[in-house]
Amino acid sequence: MNITLDQIYAVTGVFLLIFTVLTLLDKKQSGKNKLGTALFWGLYGVTFIWGKEIPPAAVGAMVVVMALLAGAKWMGLGEYWSATAEFRRQMADKIGLWLFGPALAVPLVTFLVAYFFPKMGALVGLGIGSVVALVLAFLLTRAMPVQIFQEGRRLLDAVGWAIILSQFLAALGFLFDKAGVGKVVAEMVSTVVPVDLRLATVIAYCVGMALFTMIMGNAFAAFAVITTGIGIPLVIKMHGADPAIAGVIAMSSGYCGTLMTPMAANFNVVPAALLEMKDKNGVIKAQVMTALPMLVINICLMYFLAFPGK
Amino acid sequence: MIKLIGVVIVIVGLLLRFNPLLVVLVAGFATGLVAGMSPMDILSAIGQAFVTNRYMSLLILVLPVIGVLERFGLREKAEDIIRSMRTLTAGRVMFAYQIFRQVTVGLGLQLGGHPSFIRPIIAPMTEAAAGREGATSPSWLDRIRGMSASAENYGNFFGQLLFPAAGGLLLIKGVLENAGYKVDLMVMAQYAIPTAIAASAIALIRFLLLDRAIRSAGQNKGGEQA
Repeated sequence: MNITLDQIYAVTGVFLLIFTVLTLLDKKQSGKNKLGTALFWGLYGVTFIWGKEIPPAAVGAMVVVMALLAGAKWMGLGEYWSATAEFRRQMADKIGLWLFGPALAVPLVTFLVAYFFPKMGALVGLGIGSVVALVLAFLLTRAMPVQIFQEGRRLLDAVGWAIILSQFLAALGFLFDKAGVGKVVAEMVSTVVPVDLRLATVIAYCVGMALFTMIMGNAFAAFAVITTGIGIPLVIKMHGADPAIAGVIAMSSGYCGTLMTPMAANFNVVPAALLEMKDKNGVIKAQVMTALPMLVINICLMYFLAFPGK
Repeated sequence: MIKLIGVVIVIVGLLLRFNPLLVVLVAGFATGLVAGMSPMDILSAIGQAFVTNRYMSLLILVLPVIGVLERFGLREKAEDIIRSMRTLTAGRVMFAYQIFRQVTVGLGLQLGGHPSFIRPIIAPMTEAAAGREGATSPSWLDRIRGMSASAENYGNFFGQLLFPAAGGLLLIKGVLENAGYKVDLMVMAQYAIPTAIAASAIALIRFLLLDRAIRSAGQNKGGEQA
């Protein structure tokens, strides 16, 4: 058995094209809303199925169109033939705890694939897990296949344009990197910081990681830049920190930044949309009062643990 | 300094509440132009990165399953569990999930996620538990959902570096060895433990405070009625 990630992407693309057709057939949606929503999911589906075949500049143009559709608010909700509360209650009593089966099958199959077929990996596992769970859910509920996709479209429309934000931000990170934004930030920090003070350099490294992660939306992207610009010259070389210990605590400091930024869309913005929260920044607001103390703790940990015998 | 124009656009754009996709679009083009790229190069770079990072959006595949299970009463069933266990509070459910997530991801297992756990199972449970105390207003619902989503992030972020083959540790190793420093993955995983413990402790405090706020909200409501 060998299933590639490209095949999983193709299945995702087919799902999106099904959502596109359902949007076009939707009787409740009309005009700009219908057109915009259908075009958005259609283009997105195309990037999943033929993303590697289409020239990158054309994909870029499609992404620009998608951003403009979202910016012009040409997207909206439709009619999904949702179940009534009575039906849900009745079915919950009838099917019982088995309902959790397909939901738990997703992570379980993901794990099994990642463990027994390491070549395919967790992402392919997630794809296989989703398909297996879909079949189980169908067998369990005997729902009409069309209705299954209506329910999927209901959730995806609730998330809306936010779903592509993470991928788009990755592109922004790449452009930041090309322009050398990180170097400028690192230089600015090192000119402001009193480098003779060990604590000051530790604070600069940890806070720099958190701040730059907030800008990039991704601690991994921030790590290379801030470690090369601040961590290695100031904390490791000048003050003799253990690189392994300082490095891992710096990464955790970056995660504190991830908790506080809308740029980490897949962790903060998409979940808010998925949970149908009114406040799109509600997840970030919930996390700030955990992230700030954690940043202080990471600074203390680096200061006290990363300089053994010094 | 001009290279920071993209950063400025992002911060100002988000503060002025423009659509984030538009903000990123403008910031990306501005940054690319400053870096001396042609508009065509910029489009290519956007397309390339967009396609490479499609894995970030694979949650789309899970949505039909979750949606159809919801249609057949998954949320109701999760609420039933809470009703049958009187000692479960919203904060306790969140903490239990966070620890589960932290431990499993620390062992290298990716068991979790907002679409497959928080939306269908954890959020309905915490909402039901808070509802039992009388915290049912829309603003409470938002607050409880936000905290439920945060439990996933705390567990994931502050657990993943405990696993010696974690992507994060491999990246640290790569960057440091590039700069000429030999580092050991086991040592790094070991020094992720204090942060992991601190994160659990702080999250626990946050969740217990949430429970307290929920209780007093419920009592105030009772007071109003009297």
